[in-house]
This record gives sequence, C-alpha cells and structure tokens, in this order.
Amino acid sequence: MSQETIIKFDKVNKWYGDDFHVLRDIDLDVAKGERIVVCGPSGSGKSTLIRCINRLEEHQQGHLTVDGIELTDDVKAIDKVRKNVGMVFQQFNLFPHLSVLENLTLSPMWVGKMPKKEAEERAMQQLERVRIAEQAAKFPLQLSGGQQQRVAIARALCLTPKIMLFDEPTSALDPEMIKEVLDVIVELADQGITMICVTHEMGFAKAVADRVIFMDQGQIVEQNTPEAFFNNPQNERSKDFLSKILGH
Amino acid sequence: MADTFIPIASRPSPVKVTGFVPWVQGNLFADWRSSLTTLFVIGLVLYVLPGFANWAIFNSVVRADADACQAARGVGACWGVVTEKYRLILFGRYPYEDHWRPLLATSIMVGGLVLSCMRYFWKPWLVIMWFGVLAVFFTLMGGGVFGLEPVRTDLWGGLPLTVMLATLSIFLAFPIAIMVALGRRSNLPAIRSVCIVYIELIRGVPLISVLFMASFMFPLFMPQGMPIDVLVRVVVGITLFAAAYMAEIIRGGLQALPKGQLEAADTLGLSYWQTQRKIVLPQALAMTVPTMMGNFISIFKDTSLVFIVSLYELVGAMSLALNSDVNWRPFKIEAYLFITLVYFIFCISMSRYSLWVEKQLSVSKAR
Repeated sequence: MSQETIIKFDKVNKWYGDDFHVLRDIDLDVAKGERIVVCGPSGSGKSTLIRCINRLEEHQQGHLTVDGIELTDDVKAIDKVRKNVGMVFQQFNLFPHLSVLENLTLSPMWVGKMPKKEAEERAMQQLERVRIAEQAAKFPLQLSGGQQQRVAIARALCLTPKIMLFDEPTSALDPEMIKEVLDVIVELADQGITMICVTHEMGFAKAVADRVIFMDQGQIVEQNTPEAFFNNPQNERSKDFLSKILGH
Repeated sequence: MADTFIPIASRPSPVKVTGFVPWVQGNLFADWRSSLTTLFVIGLVLYVLPGFANWAIFNSVVRADADACQAARGVGACWGVVTEKYRLILFGRYPYEDHWRPLLATSIMVGGLVLSCMRYFWKPWLVIMWFGVLAVFFTLMGGGVFGLEPVRTDLWGGLPLTVMLATLSIFLAFPIAIMVALGRRSNLPAIRSVCIVYIELIRGVPLISVLFMASFMFPLFMPQGMPIDVLVRVVVGITLFAAAYMAEIIRGGLQALPKGQLEAADTLGLSYWQTQRKIVLPQALAMTVPTMMGNFISIFKDTSLVFIVSLYELVGAMSLALNSDVNWRPFKIEAYLFITLVYFIFCISMSRYSLWVEKQLSVSKAR
C-alpha cells in the first residue's frame, strides 16, 4: 500500500441546525488503496462523516481535501470530486423507472458523454463483476434486495471511481442476502480501490479492513487495525460497544 | 440425521367466484345488510326509470316540429330542439353555409388528440404534427387564404372553441407548470418568491375574474393601436390559471419523491437539469397522473366561462341558439341534456384514458 493520502480531514466540524454538533474536530488521513471500516452507535456521525466526502453534506469548519481538491462551495470542484467517488446507500437508491442497464449507463452517457454502445458494454462488464448480468433488462423493483444492492454497486463502479463509499450497505437486507453483497464488496477490496465502509458487520471488518474507526458522539474515539481493535480495544467506550454487539 | 425438506406442491384456492349466480350471491346478497341495500336500489330504479323512459323515449318528439313539441310538453321530451338546432349548438355563430370548416377543423384536432394518446405515436415527430394540426385548425377556422372566406374570431363558437381552448391551454400550461413547480422548490429566494406569488395570486381569484381581467384590463396596459385578439387573451388567461393549479399538483409529485433519488443523482454527477429531466420529472409526473387528468377534465369544462367575454363555446352557443328563437326557447332542458352528453363523452374518454396510463406506468415499473 502506498502512503499517498487521498482523503484528508483536518479539524472538520459540522452542525445540524444550531446546536446539534454532529462532527467534532475530525482529523483523518486515508491513504490511497486503504480499506477503512467505520463503526459506532447510531447517531455517532458515521454516515455524516462519509457523506461529507462527496459533499452530500457540507462541513462548516475545518478543511476536507479529496484527491487533491478541497471541498468548498465551489460547484465545479464538487463535480470533480464526485467523478472520482462512488457511493452505495443503505436503501440502494436505484432509479425505479429505469431498467437495470439504464441505471448503469445514465451517468456515463450523460455526464461522461460516452456513446451508448460503449456505456452499455462497460455496464455489462460491471454487472458481470457483481454477478447479475442476466438481470440487465429488468427493473429494480423486480429484483431482491441483495440483487438491487449489487446493481447499486455496479452503478457506482461505472464511474470508475478512485474511492468507494459504502453507507451501511447491508443494513436494509434480509439476513440471507447479506452474504451475497458482502462477497462482492470483499472482491472489490482486493482490487486496490480506496474504500470506506460504514457497517456493523464485524466479520466483514475483520476480513477486509486495513483500519477500523470507532466513532461516538461525533468524535473518532479509537482507530486501529482490526485485530488490535477487536481483541484489545483501548478506550472504555469501544470496549462497551464491542461487548454489546459481539456479546450475543 | 436432519430431516429432509419436502416441499408441498401449490394447490389452487378452493374459493372460486366465477359464474353469474355465485357473483350475485357474493356481491349483492352476501348478508342481510347487503341484500337490503340491493333491494332498495332496485326499488329506486324501478320507481324512477319508467317515468324517465316515458318522458325521454316513448312520449318524446324527435321531429323538428315546434307545435308537436309544445303539445307534448310535460309528458314527453322534445328532442326536436336538437334536430332543429344542433348545428347552431355545435358551431355557434359561425357562418351557417361554412359549417363544414369548423367540423373538419374539430375532427382533425380531436383526431390529433386521439393519436397523441397512443403509445405507438409517442415519437418526436408528434410535436411537429401538432404544429401542423394547429396550423390547419386556425387556417380552416379563420380563412382568408385558399379562397376561404375570412371569419372573425369572435364568431367562432361551439364545440371547436371548447376543444381548441382546452387543448391549447393544457398544452401551454403544462411546461409553465413544470417550471413554476421546480421554481417553487428552487434554492434561489428570488425565483422561489416569484413562483409562490404567482401561484397564490392565481389561486386566490376565480377563473371568471382572470378571464375578465385578461380580456378587458390587459388591453389597457398595451400600447395604443396594438389590439390583441380576444381569443389570444382568453387562451393566455386560461393557460395562466391552469398552470398555477397544475404546478401545485406537480409539486405534490416532487415532494413525494424520496430524497435518496436526488442523492443518488448527485453522487452520479448529474447536473441539476439532467437530474430533473431524467430522474425527478419522470417519476414525479407519473405519480400525478390521476390528479392531473382530473385537472384537465375541469379545464375542459371551465372553458364554458368564456361567455363572460362574449365568446360562445358549447354552452354559450346553446343559449344563444335557443334564446334567439321564441318557438324553441322553452326546450332548454333537452338542449342541456344534449350538450351534457357531448361533455360527458369527452370527459369519460379522458378519465378512462387516465386509468390506462396509470396501468401502463405500473406495468413498466414492476413487471
């Protein structure tokens, strides 16, 4: 793994409204190709943290630099960052009025100005990568949750992003479908793409993460390698959290 | 050793509701309350129907004979008034010997509407076809070329006027409504305020006063010697009125769209207009189809208010035709029933079409 930094949070703060301080003095350097799992109790700011990276949320203080571009109100800079950042949502957010294939070709054709044929070829490659190519002509709502999430991953990959953000990708899935989605993400993790994943799947974190970040009340409480974090948590807050989610 | 899973084959449901007798039993006489209601309704129909049938059919006068009608008053309908006056009711004050022109023009426009409703014709050239349809309509109606006698627009009336006003207003109002609905949700306060003021102003006054203002006050603000045709003023009035209501309907659809759709579009790098065109509007408009078609139907009927500025569409033309003739003036009920039928045919078609569109949309989504 190279040590080149691709995402840099420098004293980032964010509030919702006047007094809900959701991100507090976040300092975080993500190296190129690094795979990070973010965990923590609900309301701890995990989702907000990764949603700041592609400016779905804006931070109000501090500096956030993604792939050498600082995120400010500059719309062009935001567009540039978004071209390199793919995102997968908890609720999939596929476009229900478009077929699976159209969901994937939309951005390459309209934003990337790619000819239709090329965009479709690339889309089919990505669908094969997530093992769902045979569903290309269907509409999202005809698919199972696991299939939809894999389509969403393929859609994000069609941007050929340098960074992939996963916002609780398996939390809305039936237990039987979690594995098929995680398998796809694990495969991606082997291909050198920078990944940040908010998840409660601790087995997944152990398997793929280079680093686990534990957040609580808007702060990064502890960060470490998965082995160290799970076997020997340093902070009492992390110990408490781990005992709750691993205790049953 | 674990048990093996043995699937149970699926069987058809034992309860079948097919055939006439089971249907009647299940739906009309399911229990004593249902039976009582059924009997009551049957009784009501039997009580009312014979009288109405006698009046409308058996004792009615179909010939255009005013004396026979007069004799049958009170016991039979005088359909003779329709036989006698239908051309005046349908085409108003338009020169009598030239009635083939509004007939042809209306047929072409209705034909265009029917074609536009079919999925097969949803192609880009449909827009071009509509320019053609409108050109032919206005040429036929207005005349002045190809040896057609010129006819002033204030003489246009009856069904052509109703159909043209409704069609034109709906087509013009729709894009305006989309813009206003998007504007009302804009991040720019100036645009947002303009849209809100427009919507609330229009919704705060009845159509009749909008028409009145469009017709009588608007010219006061225009430079002298620049008269604007009354028809144009009326179309502008109805369009602005309809657009405000449609904008609110569309806004409802926009609000119903999950926020995640916009976030997904953002992460894919789509611009604002690309997002609106490709993601937001297709879904938002699909959600508004039933309400929107209801609005179209009420615009179609609201066109009757143009009598306020001395234009005689279907209702106006009917009043005009009967009021000017002492012999037939007493038979307005029959004439009203006739135009009721005309309105009904148009409105029920729109309503059925709306159901079809809804079905199409749900098919493309989930099947």
